[in-house]
Amino acid sequence: MIIVVSLLVIFMLIAAISAVFFKDLLNAVIAACMVSLIASILFYFLQAPDVAMAEASIGAALVAAIFIIAIRRTKRHEE
Amino acid sequence: MRKIISIILLAIIFIGIILTLCKIPFGIHKTKVGQYYIDKGREKTGAVNIVTSVVVNYRGFDTLGEVTILFLAAIGLGAVLSNFKEKGKRKIEPASLILQTGCRFLFPLILLFGAYIFIHGHLTPGGGFQGGAIIASAFLLVYLGCRGRIFNEVGCKTTESLSGLVFIVMGLIGLTVGGHYFLSNFMLKGQINTLFSAGIIPIIYIAIGLKVGSELAGVIDNLMEKS
Repeated sequence: MIIVVSLLVIFMLIAAISAVFFKDLLNAVIAACMVSLIASILFYFLQAPDVAMAEASIGAALVAAIFIIAIRRTKRHEE
Repeated sequence: MRKIISIILLAIIFIGIILTLCKIPFGIHKTKVGQYYIDKGREKTGAVNIVTSVVVNYRGFDTLGEVTILFLAAIGLGAVLSNFKEKGKRKIEPASLILQTGCRFLFPLILLFGAYIFIHGHLTPGGGFQGGAIIASAFLLVYLGCRGRIFNEVGCKTTESLSGLVFIVMGLIGLTVGGHYFLSNFMLKGQINTLFSAGIIPIIYIAIGLKVGSELAGVIDNLMEKS
């Protein structure tokens, strides 16, 4: 159990750092989504299924969609 | 110069957080109210899910504030986007048959799942906000998969306003009839752990779910159509 949780936290950290450093903003959005998804799994492990549901549906689906629509309107690559 | 200022600011914030964290006594029950909710919440409100009894019943006024914040955000987005002209008719390639059929098949199922989550908010984990977000993601799927469908904006706004009204009217009835505070539980509790129980909690959660779902669907509609 503790191994799974620590692996998930490490993945989450990697995703968060790469979301900051990606030059292609679409990749950055997908990495930020991964942070939310792993956070929702961690919430589930911490026995908070309410929060996990909200995090998965809002953080991983709706926020990503809104960011991708915004990227379509503006530029895709960071200078 | 800017870098130095930002480093100093970061250091101040860091020291502040560390100092506050040192003062918090972890693992000690300082307040009695949390234990009271766990012990008595079930029989006082009739909701099996303690989170729901706190969110809707004990802290119902806060929930009204949250719903209002979401409403203001949706209205602000609509006001900002209303300045953009619709960029003519962009050519949209129709999706493949498999994708369209899949979207049409999945859309009612996702709606049903969202409705299940907010109707059973007092029995199982989840509630109005989660169910509303799931319903909005169903609308997002339709927008991405088969763009031919036209979103009924008037119906969406009507649903949103009506459910907001239901929330406030139930709260005011509770203020006058039941107790001496907003959103007091004036209806019969019923038998615990069944669908028709917990008084006004399911009604309030259905109203919140419809409101959040229609608001987020309206946000997605605004973004997809006007940008």
